[in-house]
Amino acid sequence: MRAVHRAPDAILSTPAIEADPTDPQILQACADLVATMRAHAGCVGVAAPQIGLGIRAFCLDVTGHRKAKSSHGLVVLMNPRLVDAHDPVLAREGCLSVPDLTGDVRRPAFVVVRGQVPGTGSELEFRADAFEARAFSHELDHLDGLLFLDRVASAHAIYARRNYL
Amino acid sequence: MGLLAVTVIGRDGPGIIAAVTEVLAELGGNLEDSSMTLLHGRFAMTLVVAVDHSADDVAGALAPVADPRGLFVSVADIPTDTEPVFTGNQYVLHVHGGDRPGIVSALTHVVAEHRGNITDLTTRLTGDLYVAVAEVELPSDVDGDVVARKLDEAARRLGVEASFVPADVDVL
Repeated sequence: MRAVHRAPDAILSTPAIEADPTDPQILQACADLVATMRAHAGCVGVAAPQIGLGIRAFCLDVTGHRKAKSSHGLVVLMNPRLVDAHDPVLAREGCLSVPDLTGDVRRPAFVVVRGQVPGTGSELEFRADAFEARAFSHELDHLDGLLFLDRVASAHAIYARRNYL
Repeated sequence: MGLLAVTVIGRDGPGIIAAVTEVLAELGGNLEDSSMTLLHGRFAMTLVVAVDHSADDVAGALAPVADPRGLFVSVADIPTDTEPVFTGNQYVLHVHGGDRPGIVSALTHVVAEHRGNITDLTTRLTGDLYVAVAEVELPSDVDGDVVARKLDEAARRLGVEASFVPADVDVL
């Protein structure tokens, strides 16, 4: 695992760049993503900029989460892109990179995301709903240099986070 | 560096925030936390400012921007001791219904009786509709369902609707 970078670290505000999914160093980076996610209880996703890497890669896993309707299990995706998104839903979320705040953020309840598999580079498409769609949206934002702080629903929709998982 | 609580209330208009915060910046003050909103059409701001000046100095510096606008300003020292670590659970209380005196008093008493701490509260009156939303912290040994039931009972007596639900934060 790697240390999680916290706002206002500039890497979190910088759009990540595409990378070669067959590069062995990229494979190691993807393994680090998963290890970092697993090391934080309750965390369902980590994007590469959060561990200090400016590449377009993230992992997520909403298996067993009470808000998940469906789940693809562990997803590790390179160079992902949002193909479709609709049915926005407002919910409160937090982020490992903003440990002391939470915010109400509107995100799509349905997304279609395409990307490449680390190692082979083959294309995959995910059709995600409910909480998994929120997780995809949150991680895609990280790759575009956006935090949930950029999307809070109103001036009073940001809160001090007082309890930690 | 000391901490001051600065409150500014008065008739709303463009430029209040810019003028007040410019004075504080010129004094080397840092806005650590703030909340600013309109209350019944009046502008209200509360700021916690870290600054190396006394409350009287800051009040004096603010007077030239506040007085012409008819703004009421107060500045007071606040302790710099650290917050206690919170280990309980967070909830949101939603209330709405016909306006009548005592809604906030009755419901916040229920929260207090269960050692709940309200960390944020907004109320709005529009026509006859009264709305309140509160962020509540409950100690970990207090059952949120019990508090929800007591709040519902109190709300029924007041003829309003109340829901008390976990704040439900997900770390992504």
